[in-house]
Amino acid sequence: MRSRTTMKGLRMVNRGLNARVPWRIGTAQRWGSTISQRPGSDRVHFPGAVNSKFTTDMSFIKPSDLPAIPTYRVLDSDGELVDKTRGPPNVSDKEVLTWYKNMLTVSIMDVVMFEAQRQGRLSFYMVSAGEEGIAVGSAAALTPDDVVFAQYREAGVFQQRGFTLKNFMSQLFANCNDTGNGRNMPVHYGQNYPRIYTISSPLATQIPQASGAAYALKIQDSQNPNKDPRVVACYFGEGAASEGDFHAALNIAATRSCPVIFLCRNNGYAISTPTLEQYRGDGIASRGVGYGIDTIRVDGNDVFAVYEAMQEARKRALTGSPVLIEAMSYRVSHHSTSDDSFAYRARVEVEDWKRRDNPITRLRKWLEKKGLWSEEQEKEARDSLRAAVLKEFGEAEKEKKPPLRNAFTDVYEDVTEEAQEQMKELRRLLEEYPEEYDLRPYKDGIKGLD
Amino acid sequence: MASPRLFRPAARLLSSRLATTPLRPAFAQSACAQSALRARGYATEGGVKEVTVRDALNEALAEELESNQKTFILGEEVAQYNGAYKVTRGLLDRFGPKRVIDTPITEAGFCGIAVGAALAGLHPICEFMTFNFAMQAIDQIINSAAKTHYMSGGIQPCNVTFRGPNGFAAGVAAQHSQDYSAWYGSIPGLKVVSPWSSEDAKGLLKAAIRDPNPVVVLENELMYGQAFPMSEAAQKSDFVLPIGKAKIERPGKDLTIVSISRCVGQSLTAAAELKQKYGVDAEVINLRSVKPLDVETIVASLKKTGRLMVVESGYPMFGLSSEIMALSMEYGFDYLTAPAVRVTGAEVPTPYAAGLETMAFPQEDTIVNQAAKLLRV
Repeated sequence: MRSRTTMKGLRMVNRGLNARVPWRIGTAQRWGSTISQRPGSDRVHFPGAVNSKFTTDMSFIKPSDLPAIPTYRVLDSDGELVDKTRGPPNVSDKEVLTWYKNMLTVSIMDVVMFEAQRQGRLSFYMVSAGEEGIAVGSAAALTPDDVVFAQYREAGVFQQRGFTLKNFMSQLFANCNDTGNGRNMPVHYGQNYPRIYTISSPLATQIPQASGAAYALKIQDSQNPNKDPRVVACYFGEGAASEGDFHAALNIAATRSCPVIFLCRNNGYAISTPTLEQYRGDGIASRGVGYGIDTIRVDGNDVFAVYEAMQEARKRALTGSPVLIEAMSYRVSHHSTSDDSFAYRARVEVEDWKRRDNPITRLRKWLEKKGLWSEEQEKEARDSLRAAVLKEFGEAEKEKKPPLRNAFTDVYEDVTEEAQEQMKELRRLLEEYPEEYDLRPYKDGIKGLD
Repeated sequence: MASPRLFRPAARLLSSRLATTPLRPAFAQSACAQSALRARGYATEGGVKEVTVRDALNEALAEELESNQKTFILGEEVAQYNGAYKVTRGLLDRFGPKRVIDTPITEAGFCGIAVGAALAGLHPICEFMTFNFAMQAIDQIINSAAKTHYMSGGIQPCNVTFRGPNGFAAGVAAQHSQDYSAWYGSIPGLKVVSPWSSEDAKGLLKAAIRDPNPVVVLENELMYGQAFPMSEAAQKSDFVLPIGKAKIERPGKDLTIVSISRCVGQSLTAAAELKQKYGVDAEVINLRSVKPLDVETIVASLKKTGRLMVVESGYPMFGLSSEIMALSMEYGFDYLTAPAVRVTGAEVPTPYAAGLETMAFPQEDTIVNQAAKLLRV
């Protein structure tokens, strides 16, 4: 673990607009009646605003007059340390190379699968180009026991947490190796351990669930002090942060002191809606401040900045302070395969971002400067990763479909009587008319109904 | 028409007041009122044109925005992007950003804005990218939009239109594929329509926007691209269909098939097959409205045919078909010569697998087979 002194560049915005205010008065005390207005006091002692000074100056806070929350960064876009006085990031070379390869894997898989969708080989896909750094850097700071609620652009989190190409492809092609039993739309991955809840399509539903899960972890961990305590990491985009769920989640997490890290990927676009039409405040970070949550904004193209912020956030979360991290990036990709983003933004803007700043190239520059990476290795890695992706792609596409019983199971904990009747009837039909039904594509054929 | 009978007295007062007071300019047709989309499709004899459901909805929106300055449309992606399903194509260019408004991603938020604007006297049209996402705003629709008129003692109307695709689409699995007809249909204070053809789409959406009550327009994503002939009358800007009135799409004497939205088309195909295979004449009723429900048309038809079948894509339990079958029993029991039958979606979260998805919803052969069973042919 890093010591706090080397983290001086990493400063969380303190709760409240004014850092002088000792905000956390009596979080443990829940009775408000002890707070009373003393005669002659110069400050408010109302239950809803403790320790607020009286003023005769009627000044409104104008958000645009406040300085924007700064963006934490370790590397600049040339892959150089911004603060030469601090040491290099406290990560082993081997680990950084793993991160790099994970980012590369996701970006290569994205290109292949986007094309595959265009060829009609799967119904839907979402790429995460430009946001690989946020996913990989943040996941690297979590332990396998930590729980993740992701949105749908976090393939890097899965990759970093050990989801294999075979896992990805099995889900995308809904074959018998898919842990979701082929029931979900593509990219709705889920993983039992390290635990990542299956992606939910309706936006922002995962955010209050993350607060709830974190509260449960807190209680479980307090009952079992021998186990390492766990946190919840919750991912969402800046568009989803407009949903009411986001606000409910942050407020509950703050008031119940849930060990949860909210990680907002602010990538500039929610499908076609640019951030300017999504909100008018200082990004999403300013909202964390309003809810009394430790908040930081980081450069999402800087995998080290994301990693360090996440590491510190994890520490804070374990002390009972939820954390909001706003990771800034640019959505290089189209929203999904159902979107053509050049209808609402200039192609040159996208090309500019691709060329000028990108989490993968930035880390590559750093690696090359350290002599850890070369043009040759890059070519070799790309070729072998592409080959690996295509191999798994081909195998997954050919793999058998999930067993037939999956059409009936899991709607309820137990298969209902009606469904059991239907299974019996299906078996009877399949046995009676074997020429009519080709069961070869299904795993275990008719035995799949057992 | 069944609807006035089912209205609350206050609402009836309100609608009659609206009918006599010309609140809107008398639908003046300026040069730009002519929908650009009208030019699409090809002319056939008698002035009938082929128009897609999407273009019919677009035309309805354009005409109402043009003729009624109190209307505006808001929702995710409706302006710049021309709508997630391109229903609002061209409207931003024509009516500007004050009448066609892109909102942040917050269903509860923009739905609340729409309801608030309606309470303040405007006639908002609130688009949900799909009704699956309207779940995040359902409190605004049910507890505010539907009930404020009643709770205010009849002084506070809420002329809002909620619209968007409903029902299952292709390959989008459990969370994106469900039919909300029964949900909204069960709420006093709401009106609910669900179009099938292009004429339905245009006429019902316009009626919904003009209706002084909150109206939910349940469209269907799979129908947007489908073209239907549109009569000369329906092409005019004064074309409105009555809410609460069903349409007999195909007259028949042996069996009444009551259906709605996309299932109407399937029922018509099935009816043709029934005729061809068994020589049976099925009458197909396109409900058009879920609420108020045109019970008279259904009962009149079952009196004639003696047999009733309901076809819809919602879940089987406590659904639209359950309601229609209950009503047919209450009002037409003595005329039924066989137990009524329903064909509905299956009692499962919509599967992703294409084959299972197909089986989870009524198909033409399911309708034919069930009808044959019912008729014992």
